[in-house]
Amino acid sequence: METIETLIENFSMLDSWEDKYQYLIELGEKLPPLAPEYKTEAWKVSGCQSQVWLVPENIDGKIYFKGDSDAIMVKGIIYLLLAVYRNKSAQEIKEIEVEKIFAKLGLGEHLSPSRRNGMMSMVDKIRLYAASFES
Amino acid sequence: MYDVEKIRADFPILARQFGTHQNVYLDSAASAQKPLCVVETLTRVYLQSYANVHRGMYPLAEEMTAEYEKARRIVQGFINAKSANEVVFTRNATESINLVASSWAETFLSPDDEILVSEAEHHANLVPWQRVCEKKGCRLKVFKIGDDGSFLPEEYEKLLTEKTKLVAITAMSNVLGTIFPIKQMTQKAHAIGAKVLVDACQFAVHRQIDVLDLDADFLAFSGHKTYGPAGIGVLYAKSEILNKMPPYQCGGDMVDKVTYQHTTFAEPPARFEAGTPSMVDAIGLGAALEYMQNLGLKDITAHEESLVRYMFEKTSEIKGFKHIGTAPDKGGVFSFAVENIHPQDLAYVLGKEGVAIRIGHHCAEPLVERMGYTSLARASFGLYTNHSDIDAFVKAVEKAQRFF
Ligand SMILES: Cc1ncc(COP(=O)(O)O)c(C=O)c1O
Repeated sequence: METIETLIENFSMLDSWEDKYQYLIELGEKLPPLAPEYKTEAWKVSGCQSQVWLVPENIDGKIYFKGDSDAIMVKGIIYLLLAVYRNKSAQEIKEIEVEKIFAKLGLGEHLSPSRRNGMMSMVDKIRLYAASFES
Repeated sequence: MYDVEKIRADFPILARQFGTHQNVYLDSAASAQKPLCVVETLTRVYLQSYANVHRGMYPLAEEMTAEYEKARRIVQGFINAKSANEVVFTRNATESINLVASSWAETFLSPDDEILVSEAEHHANLVPWQRVCEKKGCRLKVFKIGDDGSFLPEEYEKLLTEKTKLVAITAMSNVLGTIFPIKQMTQKAHAIGAKVLVDACQFAVHRQIDVLDLDADFLAFSGHKTYGPAGIGVLYAKSEILNKMPPYQCGGDMVDKVTYQHTTFAEPPARFEAGTPSMVDAIGLGAALEYMQNLGLKDITAHEESLVRYMFEKTSEIKGFKHIGTAPDKGGVFSFAVENIHPQDLAYVLGKEGVAIRIGHHCAEPLVERMGYTSLARASFGLYTNHSDIDAFVKAVEKAQRFF
């Protein structure tokens, strides 16, 4: 899996929204599918326009996420979010300014976790899981 | 002659460009755009005639009160009510329905009474009744619709029993576009002594309402969908019912005589309009309804029927395009699924092409599930929608199909 810096660089080489969306779809296709036993209400992220599942795992003080969605571009977004939050401690997760990172991808507001749309629900969930591992 | 291009000129927002794309607004069922005359009315009132209603003795206050009450008479004419006193201004249809639930249903329903709704209800005409049932020990019954979204008289009549005290139904589904035969349904309901509440939120935009002909007991709609301002809605109720209903909220303007210990309440509609109402918006709604009447409801409906035919014709040429809701009597609301594309993905691409559609459960989650989906895309028409909008929509869907 690429680092978020590499992904930002790759996006910056694409000019049209068509190419950016196409690339996002490719990333979505690369996202490893979530095992069916996780695709339940318990792991669902509410507040999204599609079905989204996020599953956290705490390995030696670092938090790892798995995720999936039934919308392909949302899967692409999850791919990006996992790149942002990979291999981080709970404290680091709290401090990441995800809106700023996504602004660099140039995907536009609807495909960024902004306070005004559903994408932020995923970020809130990630932060919530991280906080629950903190103590 | 219904000249849609001339009409579009009344809606400046339709000329907006997004990048190189023209605004193709196919989300009127969520909220409609406003004609200039409505916005100008709001501006005029705020700049020239503004004061609180029903309170002052000076010219501005009298002007404002006169305009507010004139708006009520416009609504009366628009729905063909017997009296303007049967028209209560609310915030929106949701509040209108909640008013009936809190005031009428909680007063007059008893345990074991039944409330009957259809499978096609918006949450606004479902959740308030669930609450009434919980509070009063009543039962909520839901009658089935066809897989194509059509009304099935036998399913309705099967659940209509002497226990039914209220039938609460949408006159037009905001998901399926189905138009329900309200007049016949009301006759059946009245025959067994039940009252009928009509959710006319969508219907009001597309067809002529005639409460006398329908013989509805209650009818609700929202101003923002009928080309009026957001924040104003209407509840119609027959006088004889309204007169017996207790207040919904208490405060100023809804009282007759107040002492520290006791209050007698004003007659309707004032009894149900506690506090300062959304008075300028009510006047704006009056302007919007007059605008629709000037165009002619018959002509608006005819224009829309031609759009519905064109939409069916064009979209049936798209491979993998599935209509959800194909009842014979259908207004300009199209829910659909495109094979192998999630509605959210579709909406992203359409949005980039300047095409505004709605996706999700459309505040009718049980209905979307009943139709076999977790999320649906919806394109809906207004009186300003033209054939080019549909062409642009089809082109954008085809582009999305190449994408995914
Ligand atoms: C059929 C129907 N009923 C009720 C409502 C609720 O309207 P409002 O949100 O304006 O109260 C809507 C609006 O989406 C609707 O389409």
